Amino acid sequence: MKTIADLQAIRDKIKTRILMRKEHGYKHEGPASETHFRSHVMVCAGTGCVAGSSEFIISKFNEEVAKHGLQDDIMVVRTGCFGLCALGPIVIVYPEGVFYSMVTVDDVPEIVTEHLKNGNIVKRLIYAETLCKDEHILPLDEVGFYKKQMRLALRNCGLIDPECIDEYIANDGYVALEKCLTEKKPSDVIDIVKASGLRGRGGAGFPTGLKWEFAAKSQSDDGQKFVACNADEGDPGAFMDRSVLEGDPHVIIESMAIAAYAIGGNHGYVYVRAEYPIALNRLQKAIDDARAYGLLGKNILGTGFDFDMEIRPGAGAFVCGEETALIRSIEGNRGEPRPRPPFPAVKGIFGKPTVLNNVETYANIPQIILNGAEWFQGIGTEKSKGTKVFAVGGKINNVGLVEVPMGITLREVIYEIGGGIPKGKEFKAAQTGGPSGGCIPAQHLDAGIDFESLTALGSMMGSGGLIVMDEDNCMVDIAKFFLEFTVDESCGKCPPCRIGTKRMYEILERITEGKGEKDDIEKLEALAKSIQTSALCALGQTAPNPVLSTIKYFRDEYEAHVCDKKCPAGACQAMAKYGITAEKCKGCTLCVKACPVGAITGERKAVHVLDAEKCIKCGACVPACPFKAIYK
Amino acid sequence: MINLTIDGKKVSVPAGSTILEAARKADVNVPTLCYMKGVNEIGACRICLIEVKGGRVLLAACVAPANEGMEVYTNSPKVREARKSNLELILSEHDRSCLTCVRNLNCELQAIARDLNIEELPFEGKRIEHEIDDLSPSIVRDNNKCILCRRCIGMCKNIQETAVIDAQNRGILTKIGCAFDASLDEIACVMCGQCINVCPTGALYEKDHINRVWDALSCPDTHVVVQTAPAVRVALGEEFGMPIGTSVTGQMVHALKRLGFDKVFDTNTAADITIMEEGTELIDRVRNNGTLPLFTSCSPGWVKYLESYHPEFIPNLSSCKSPHQKFGALIKSYYAEKAGIDPKNIYVVSVMPCSAKKYEIQRPEMSVDGLRDVDAVLTTRELARMIKTARLNWNSLCSCNDSDCICAFDNPFGEASGAGAIFGVTGGVTEAALRTVAELLTGKRAEDIEFTDTRGKDGIKEYTVRLPEITLKGAVVSGTANAKKMLEKIKNGEEYHFIEFMGCPGGCIMGGGQPIVDALAAAECDVFALRAKAIYGVDKSLPVRRSHENPFIKKLYEEIGEPGGDRAHQLFHTAYAAKEKYPAELHI
Amino acid sequence: MAKNETTGILAQETAELLKEIILKHNGYGRRDAIMAVLNDVQAKLGYLPYEAQRYIAVEMDIPLAEIFGIVTFYSGFSLNPVGKYKIAVCMGTACYVKDAHKILAKIEQKCGIKAGETSEDGLFTIVATRCIGACGLAPVITINENVYGKLHLEDVDKVLEKYK
Repeated sequence: MKTIADLQAIRDKIKTRILMRKEHGYKHEGPASETHFRSHVMVCAGTGCVAGSSEFIISKFNEEVAKHGLQDDIMVVRTGCFGLCALGPIVIVYPEGVFYSMVTVDDVPEIVTEHLKNGNIVKRLIYAETLCKDEHILPLDEVGFYKKQMRLALRNCGLIDPECIDEYIANDGYVALEKCLTEKKPSDVIDIVKASGLRGRGGAGFPTGLKWEFAAKSQSDDGQKFVACNADEGDPGAFMDRSVLEGDPHVIIESMAIAAYAIGGNHGYVYVRAEYPIALNRLQKAIDDARAYGLLGKNILGTGFDFDMEIRPGAGAFVCGEETALIRSIEGNRGEPRPRPPFPAVKGIFGKPTVLNNVETYANIPQIILNGAEWFQGIGTEKSKGTKVFAVGGKINNVGLVEVPMGITLREVIYEIGGGIPKGKEFKAAQTGGPSGGCIPAQHLDAGIDFESLTALGSMMGSGGLIVMDEDNCMVDIAKFFLEFTVDESCGKCPPCRIGTKRMYEILERITEGKGEKDDIEKLEALAKSIQTSALCALGQTAPNPVLSTIKYFRDEYEAHVCDKKCPAGACQAMAKYGITAEKCKGCTLCVKACPVGAITGERKAVHVLDAEKCIKCGACVPACPFKAIYK
Repeated sequence: MINLTIDGKKVSVPAGSTILEAARKADVNVPTLCYMKGVNEIGACRICLIEVKGGRVLLAACVAPANEGMEVYTNSPKVREARKSNLELILSEHDRSCLTCVRNLNCELQAIARDLNIEELPFEGKRIEHEIDDLSPSIVRDNNKCILCRRCIGMCKNIQETAVIDAQNRGILTKIGCAFDASLDEIACVMCGQCINVCPTGALYEKDHINRVWDALSCPDTHVVVQTAPAVRVALGEEFGMPIGTSVTGQMVHALKRLGFDKVFDTNTAADITIMEEGTELIDRVRNNGTLPLFTSCSPGWVKYLESYHPEFIPNLSSCKSPHQKFGALIKSYYAEKAGIDPKNIYVVSVMPCSAKKYEIQRPEMSVDGLRDVDAVLTTRELARMIKTARLNWNSLCSCNDSDCICAFDNPFGEASGAGAIFGVTGGVTEAALRTVAELLTGKRAEDIEFTDTRGKDGIKEYTVRLPEITLKGAVVSGTANAKKMLEKIKNGEEYHFIEFMGCPGGCIMGGGQPIVDALAAAECDVFALRAKAIYGVDKSLPVRRSHENPFIKKLYEEIGEPGGDRAHQLFHTAYAAKEKYPAELHI
Repeated sequence: MAKNETTGILAQETAELLKEIILKHNGYGRRDAIMAVLNDVQAKLGYLPYEAQRYIAVEMDIPLAEIFGIVTFYSGFSLNPVGKYKIAVCMGTACYVKDAHKILAKIEQKCGIKAGETSEDGLFTIVATRCIGACGLAPVITINENVYGKLHLEDVDKVLEKYK
């Protein structure tokens, strides 16, 4: 069990370790010792980089460092997501702040020998933009990717070892909780959160402080109240919450404890989707460590406040990100939403008042407590305060995780932070809000991103997925993709969503197969509006959004599909027409062999012919031809 | 009180009311489909949507709380369009073969489609074809007609607490069924048929026995005998437009005779026999340290429930068969002899308010000397259909109730007692039993024979009766969920002598074979109270109100020996055995 | 409760395994432990067969129909055994815009089965999954624990060969 004084002692002891990573070029005065190392090798161990074998990289570093007898000088640290996933696996070496990208296990010995032992940076591995002409290393916060970011929710990701509670504590961890428990009344805490203007980061943007206030004011028949964390993160292409759980699990524990204190609750649940095994493990370890330190359990920090929490796994249902469905799932049922009111803050888990917030929302709390509501108010726009984490993916160079202040423009995110569209293609649209959101076309690239502006454009903030599309993507196809997702994930309780989305999908299917009918677009619009107003929960109510928004901005593309039976982007396979350019064909028969239905005929050395009637448009012939003689 | 406006009408409702309740109070009829008061209040079908001024989305009136100052619109253009669209979507996934459907003209979906003036469906999708589950002897499930309102689940899970069906899969693939798509026959469904009574469409209905009965009636060599349960006569009239709770004994008997049944007998007679047998059994167990409490066994749904879910209590069950089974055995022996008819040529039909009895009659132990006690069971609803098929004019049927009239039951069994009549309502068996047992033990004829402690809607009613030998402590239980509660009480050491159990909440008048009352009507009147009042009315109207004073009963026991004796055991008793709750092997 | 009711058709050791899992999650009398129990049982057995669900229904006193309803609701639970190699093709948006569906079609063609099915020889199960969060490596497939990122259509054959 740790006392307040114990925690401060940890901070004092390890502070410089953190400083070395935070302050560019920080040098530790004094000899290397148990807590101070000459160099820190930070290896990203988020799911993306782990998939790229960062765990093996970490072992290799440990092995090599030991081999050279440098284990007292070099600290190899498993850390959270740096955000530049396109360049993963990432290794950053401090104090220089050298950013090595796309590191493989085989690169490790060189880094250890050359850089760590001999002091020579391995230039071939360094992130090009950080290497200046005069050989000096650009601090990361000056490169295009990081310059306009403001990492608040992600502050610890890439900075600390998520499996080391002491490092969390060292970077002002659990100070906010201590302050709340010893200096503030529960109502004070709520006032601060309210005054900050923090809004939910899960998608709906409901004022967090207000939610806590409702729960605080609600009566519970037996006095029990709960706090819960929505870590279901079902939007495809979104991995913000996962990165926080993997990189900084303690922030969730501390925040939920603060929330519990504020509303008068003593127990918490974190609902984590089953598809996040690393996040589950790291969070469980963090909970175990926090318990061992007495930061969870009875009489936390000697203040008499009891709070504990547990993880509840999901099992693969997007709809469980909806708060009432999540609650039903925790209670041991099919994750089917129910009508609201009553809202969870009044009647939640097991019928008790419950605060349910998203991971990223919680990740903001400790700093708001420490820095004050006014500080938070100073970031962002008038109605959307603070920052937002986005998972930027799709047709963009710098695929990864970014955190930006509200109000930044889409253009800045895509071109400055994101590094623009690869292969010189043209930007077509950016999808925000996942299957509940909409697309934003080029003409709105200069819109400032915040809750209101995105909704006004026909999309929504959503949880933070931002998928960029280029000229080769077909917007009708994209709408169909999202609708297919919704049809599969619909819980099935109410007809507008269960049947309505399916009917919409069938129309889109016909359209993308070249079988669109005259009134299809109008039918889609009418059905979409009906579903929006009648569905039981937000999943159904927002399911038509991708369709409506793509019709709004790309109606001509829809019309080309329906009336001309053409797909302008060339993405819809069913409407593709394949053929062989006779002049380029060398008669090698590779395409004949590749075709699964024998639609291509031809003898060796003779020009081949593609029979359009037999062609099933699978596209297998195109890559098979070494002479690029097959066109679409 | 909350004050709000609905379509311009001001209305006040108690706090905690829903907008639907407020609307009904304001005489505004918001259409509903999945809503069923007390059974299913989930706001799922999105038909009862209404618009609240200032609201972003439409709300389901059946669950949305009424708030002070609300301005509600139930027929605005937005509401009309949404409601219509949702109904069209439901219809696009529905098997619309109404003409051949058992619920044709009596279907809540049809009614709404007609009211909303649906003319054509804008979308046709490929519907999923479901296999019909007709393997159970009592209940048929047709998912092609199911609109996923979840009322059946509400009934099976939350009211009866047997929970043999639930929603499976999700999204468009959602369907209702038993685990692993087992048939109702394989899983421990108790056949109570309460699910049928709450289904708005033809997705659930009883297994047909009409055809076999017509066949029997058409066969010249077959002597077709029909018996009618007490609960049928207070509900049959509803199928012909009469108010709920009208007693139609005369019309029922007259109709049966006109349908061609050779003899029309009254199951109430067998109820009187049951009192003699079970009363004797109770006194015997009390005097000789037998297993107590004694449980009644006239409800086959309850018996199947006990055998499947709590087999450890089987020794408590009376060894009596249910009344109509006893009667079948009696008819094929005693009556056959008296009438000089070969029992093999006798076909016994029971008209019952019950779906479980279709299962009961085919249990192997429900036979004597190789002859099934009963050959067919018609539900009240099926009888009504036969009457309509035969084009009998209901209004011209006699209801004078004179013992010589065509509308009277046939001899040799004559008229049963009022005690037999009240078997049809929860508490009736107990009250009938008390009337006899009390007089048997005291030796005196009591003046007041209405044991009102046994009456009423509560699922568990307890009573004590002071008698010479014993202070009888008993209970009346209806509904399987309450049965479970009562068994828990017994496990926890509470002591009783006699407990009446009925599988259906409210007893037989609310059985799974009774006329279906739609959700709106069920919310506006107390069906149980109305039918119960009619049954107690029948009791009061009869000259003989005690089972042991039924002249036929006296005669019977002179001829076959005493109640509980050898011959009585052979005809009227059986044995019950444990059934598997979940089968050891499932044919998946 | 008769002893045979629960272990009658489940092998003794499997029944004990399940009992341990239920105890680990404090599942006796606690309905809300069902998700964690089913997750662990699925992890141990590879799927959730009738015998296992029946056992859990009796032990935790939850109706079998409800457990089945829960199992069939969540895509993470499987009623059927999975093949030796589980090929998961990520169909998250980032992978989708990089033609993940073409890769899925190719794999389906090569293995002779569709997504959600297991091959006759029990070797492969193909699953089209939700976003696994490795968007920097899109398009991504995983075969058991092995991750294959930035996958090109032409590489599919080579990758599958390793497992034949």
